[in-house]
Amino acid sequence: MISIRKISKRYGTGSGILAVDNVSLEVGPGEVLGFLGPNGAGKSTTMKMVTGFLTPTSGTAVVCGRDVVEDPVGVKAAIGYLPEGAPNYPDMTVRSFLDFIAQVRGFSGREKHRRIDTVVDRVQLRGVLHQPIETLSKGFKRRVGLAQSMLHDPPVLILDEPTDGLDPNQKHEVRNVIRALATSADHQNSGRSVVLSTHILEEVEAVCTRAIIIAKGKLLVDGTPADLRAMSKYHNAVTLTVIPPSGAGGEPLSVAKELGDIKWVAAVEDKGVVHVPVSPAGPGGPRQTLTLVPKGGRPLLGDVTSMCKSKGWSIETIAVEGGRLDDVFRTLTTKDAANTGPVAEPVGGAA
Amino acid sequence: MKGLLPVFKRELSGYFTTPVAVVFIVIFLFLAGVFTFNLGAYFERGQADMVVFFNFHPWLYLFLIPAVSMRLWAEERKSGTIELLLTLPISLSAAVVGKFLAAWAFAGIALALTFPLWITTNYLGSPDNGVILAGYLGSLLMAGAFLAIGSCISASTKSQVIAFIISVVICLLFMLAGIREVQGFLADWLPVQAVQVLGGFSFLTRFEAISRGMLDARDVLFFASIIGVFVAATGVVVNMKKVV
Repeated sequence: MISIRKISKRYGTGSGILAVDNVSLEVGPGEVLGFLGPNGAGKSTTMKMVTGFLTPTSGTAVVCGRDVVEDPVGVKAAIGYLPEGAPNYPDMTVRSFLDFIAQVRGFSGREKHRRIDTVVDRVQLRGVLHQPIETLSKGFKRRVGLAQSMLHDPPVLILDEPTDGLDPNQKHEVRNVIRALATSADHQNSGRSVVLSTHILEEVEAVCTRAIIIAKGKLLVDGTPADLRAMSKYHNAVTLTVIPPSGAGGEPLSVAKELGDIKWVAAVEDKGVVHVPVSPAGPGGPRQTLTLVPKGGRPLLGDVTSMCKSKGWSIETIAVEGGRLDDVFRTLTTKDAANTGPVAEPVGGAA
Repeated sequence: MKGLLPVFKRELSGYFTTPVAVVFIVIFLFLAGVFTFNLGAYFERGQADMVVFFNFHPWLYLFLIPAVSMRLWAEERKSGTIELLLTLPISLSAAVVGKFLAAWAFAGIALALTFPLWITTNYLGSPDNGVILAGYLGSLLMAGAFLAIGSCISASTKSQVIAFIISVVICLLFMLAGIREVQGFLADWLPVQAVQVLGGFSFLTRFEAISRGMLDARDVLFFASIIGVFVAATGVVVNMKKVV
């Protein structure tokens, strides 16, 4: 449904800033694609080009069979777009704002009213319909922006940081709306394509079926959120709390060394020994918490439990991690920065 | 030009949902009255015409029209709604022309509300209503020209204050290009032909003829071209400066 083809954007003339560098990407129906990247990575610029706001320096995007460079108005008709910060006309009431959008989108009469009613119910704006937008809370303003973007039941939705700046409850609500949108069957096709940008990693897990990471205008990774997690060094890492053995003088002896000697353990992150007081939950005494990072994502649980059993250390809690998205994000986006040094410069790239 | 009508309607009603419309219209009518009756000595002249009323329009417009045009694009740019507007399925020209026409219609409404003076003039004597109509048409055209210039400048900045000040200065240059002092000043710097060409751009000179009832096709064409050129330039500027 969306096909981004070698799209690039350079701001300024000559050797200006290359904000988006030769990005290609396909998004199919029913997919919710999360666009991840640090600030200034080129997420918004890419979206602005796909929605026809900015003209690409090179390359193009095809949305529902229409080329954004050749037929921008056609593409705009097929897309529902929530620009960053959900801009709107503060003096207008919610009703008159949606009315304006409906008219621009070519609806009139009964159909226009039906569309506005549907969308108002969907994002729950009924109570504030006749209030000027400037009097609404941030969460409501965002909902007005969402309502505007889905009024024409578009096959493609592009949302630039839809939950940025909202409180946790509002984030939750907006995510529910997005999830419902992607799976709702009221579009004639098999499903909608939703593209959303964010720098909140939990959001990707919460709503996306697929995620890409972009940094310095380049596409770095493309996969499911689970794929991304699997790239983390913490994928299959084991975090456990044990009661460490006592030494000759009764002092606790660290178990880090022994656990570190397990075959596939790459590193041990020792959070140290703490003394917990006696409580109804269990006996008091020293507790040691450690995270064992595996080599190449190998499962460690079996080896760790059998070692603890054979040494007689009692395990209080143990958990296997799926991987940490923030770790993947940081590794990828900062590694890329290092790569742009002179060493990684392409051969023969001299001017 | 699909989408022109909704943009026009939204923009025009935008003036009336805020105090802008009321403040503008009240001040416009008040100043028009002061200029006509006090400065222009409408009654003392003892002539049933509206020449003094129209004579002051260029000066009235010089400050009031940039106040209308300054928000046209600067506000959209500042609040980010420009991105919303230009990703709706309308052409850029529909957005630019729709907004311009709304501002022009608003100026037209303010101008039309001076009708009591027309009634007064007709009550006091028997004026040549053709001349008065020509005056109104000329005034509306000149307002359009000022608005087109203001729209173009508003498109180039985020700040409404900057848009206002620069619009006033540029409009002043256009107004005064024809008067003797300015021509004399320019003659020291430029060849005679250039001075004459610049003089031809003078709103004051062109409007003077119109306000006296001489609605020359060349003057109409002049204002229409100024409108056309600056509205088109607005489109170019909006397209060029979408970000930053």
